[in-house]
Amino acid sequence: MYPKVSKFLGDCWRGIRTASGDDAYERYLRHHALEHAGTPPLSRRAYYDHYQQQKWSGVNRCC
Amino acid sequence: MKKLVGVALAVIGAFAVGGIALHRNEPINSLWIITAAVCIYLLGYRFYAAWITARVLVVDPTRATPAERRENGRDFVPTHRWIAFGHHFAAIAGPGPLVGPTLAAQFGYLPGTLWLLVGSVLGGCVQDMVILFLSTRRDGRTLGQMARDELGPIGGAAALIGTLLIMVILIAVLGLVVVNAMKHSPWATSTVFATIPVALLVGFYLRRWRPGRILEGSIIGVALVLLGVFAGGWVDHNATLRTWFDYPAVPLAEFVIAYGWLAAILPVWMLLAPRDYLSTFLKLGVIGLLAIAIIIIHPDLKMPALTRFADGTGPVFSGKIFPFVFITIACGAVSGFHALVSSGTTPKLISNEADIRLIGYGSMALESFVGIMAVIAAALLDPGVYFAINTGAGVVGSAADAAVTTISGWGFPVTVDQMHNLALEMGESTLFARTGGAPSLAVGMASIFGSSFGRSLTAVWYHFAIMFEAVFILTTIDAGTRVGRFMVQDFLGNLWAPLGRTSSWPANLLGSTLIVAAWGYFLYVGIIDPNGGINILWPLFGISNQMLAVIALAVASAVIVKTASKKLYALVTLAPLAWLTLITTAAAWQKVVSPDPQLGFFAAANALASQLAAGALTADRAAVAPELIFNQRLNAWLTIFFTVVVWLVIADMARVCVRRARGLPVSQGSEAPYQPTRLAPAGAGGLNLQTVPSDGAM
Repeated sequence: MYPKVSKFLGDCWRGIRTASGDDAYERYLRHHALEHAGTPPLSRRAYYDHYQQQKWSGVNRCC
Repeated sequence: MKKLVGVALAVIGAFAVGGIALHRNEPINSLWIITAAVCIYLLGYRFYAAWITARVLVVDPTRATPAERRENGRDFVPTHRWIAFGHHFAAIAGPGPLVGPTLAAQFGYLPGTLWLLVGSVLGGCVQDMVILFLSTRRDGRTLGQMARDELGPIGGAAALIGTLLIMVILIAVLGLVVVNAMKHSPWATSTVFATIPVALLVGFYLRRWRPGRILEGSIIGVALVLLGVFAGGWVDHNATLRTWFDYPAVPLAEFVIAYGWLAAILPVWMLLAPRDYLSTFLKLGVIGLLAIAIIIIHPDLKMPALTRFADGTGPVFSGKIFPFVFITIACGAVSGFHALVSSGTTPKLISNEADIRLIGYGSMALESFVGIMAVIAAALLDPGVYFAINTGAGVVGSAADAAVTTISGWGFPVTVDQMHNLALEMGESTLFARTGGAPSLAVGMASIFGSSFGRSLTAVWYHFAIMFEAVFILTTIDAGTRVGRFMVQDFLGNLWAPLGRTSSWPANLLGSTLIVAAWGYFLYVGIIDPNGGINILWPLFGISNQMLAVIALAVASAVIVKTASKKLYALVTLAPLAWLTLITTAAAWQKVVSPDPQLGFFAAANALASQLAAGALTADRAAVAPELIFNQRLNAWLTIFFTVVVWLVIADMARVCVRRARGLPVSQGSEAPYQPTRLAPAGAGGLNLQTVPSDGAM
């Protein structure tokens, strides 16, 4: 019973982090290590800047 | 088992709808409406949406989506269906579904409720889902690009111009709503002002001090904003402090205009992005809390099912129930603006085409449910109170005695004492003529929250509700102004390339100033209008939003005609298109040619001009009359322009359909070629939830 509850809570926490973008940099690093190994990844701040620029250059909030 | 659930839903839904139909001339409990709404959304999702995805769109779960094919760890990211649902819902749900149904409650609770349900299930949800599907098949192309590819240059240009104009009207009307909520309310004004330094603080926290720790930053920000609501109460009770935040409408409008301009030119991380984090957390939290509270207290609705104002004499806004209930409630039923989010932004997150039903159709059904909650919040007020809050001084006069006499004379009794006590309870000096929808919604929400979670805090709940509405209205103003700036720069860039560079400061300042001047003008005229401005601007917003939906549905219909196995399938988008064309054209016609000055733009301009010429206006009204006259004429021409643009797009779509029917060549569109998916069907979010729904097994 306990492991199930703990797994469920862990899943929820990961879901909230992903939904809010809190783990976006970690996901980017994983993607970078997989696809562009050998090149240096963006720093945390540079990635954050890039992420915000990308997010706010299109229609992304509505009425 | 699934069939049993479907049958049970149908039976419960039919029972609830029957209950609503039989409750005439007596108060109805809100649970009837909630039950009917939830059953109708679930039935629409389970059967209609499943049929459309399986037969009309032929969604293919084996096909790789652009998020998979072009994954870059930045904007193209295959995302778990529930997380993509959350992103999409947070993007489409703004203040519209709260304000529109509140205003439309002047017709009674029934017309708005029916349109929210039917409009969303057969129109809005279908539009959002089909556009999401089309854009996903086309590498996340925007509505404007798809209109150009699928219809031709006329359709493409119309979509772009329509988008820019609706953005201008939308921002102006939302600015008006927030200004009316803050007018002469030190508590509301100080609370809303406090959100700006909080957003800046969160901005610096997330970029400088703890880059990208969004949850930490947001939690700190939300806590500070809530503290701001309580602090507003202290400000309000302090004789000196309250004068610092007690402003009439014009300086508040200037503040909103200056704020929008700053938000557009500052880097996004400083103000726009952190404010959006705060507003998204508040939005999701409040919507959830409101749903729980409404179910806990399930109030009786005091508003009649249908009021006498169906005849077009309504004080909140002018016009008969047809077509104006369909114009007033755009967001929540059908909102063309959603097509802009469904194309371009969300498709880059879709990990499997089978998720499109949940994300496109499901999110819109949830937004429609938010609209239903707004109807309930408006209809649980005494109708006399509702009209006293929402009727402008231009209609009932600025004296409280005269206002209650007029409103009671309409058959909705209300007294000065009742309004005074309500204002005291809400911590306001007055609630008369607080037009725009936000204050009456906040009173409704405060009653609901107060009854559920403690009545002693009603004034805090009221200002919490105002702050909540203001925060996400200001977010829409920020984001809309920024997108508008890009569009203006895009246009200017065609004239002289350096003006199109978004990283150039002079070009940035010029683009921002032009877009802010455009919406600032409409906001300013709305403020100085003694009839409250909402009467003019909200219908104009509704017409332009629904016309954008017509453009989106025209693009969708053209593609379905070209690709579906049966041409009749195009009716799923052609039927809502025909209905929206009918209501928008009818509304535009009335707004332009009606001889009634309350309704027709030209009639209002001419009536005011003759009053001015005859010297029949007071000095302060005569001073603003020339601006109001110009504005009414401008609005008339704008309405004519919208209508012409929409009919051009419809003609363009008809041309494509006729050529297709005759076997003549049509543009092939821009659908990306098939590639099989390599993703496991469990999605990418890490949650252990089934990713592939049984679309074909209906």
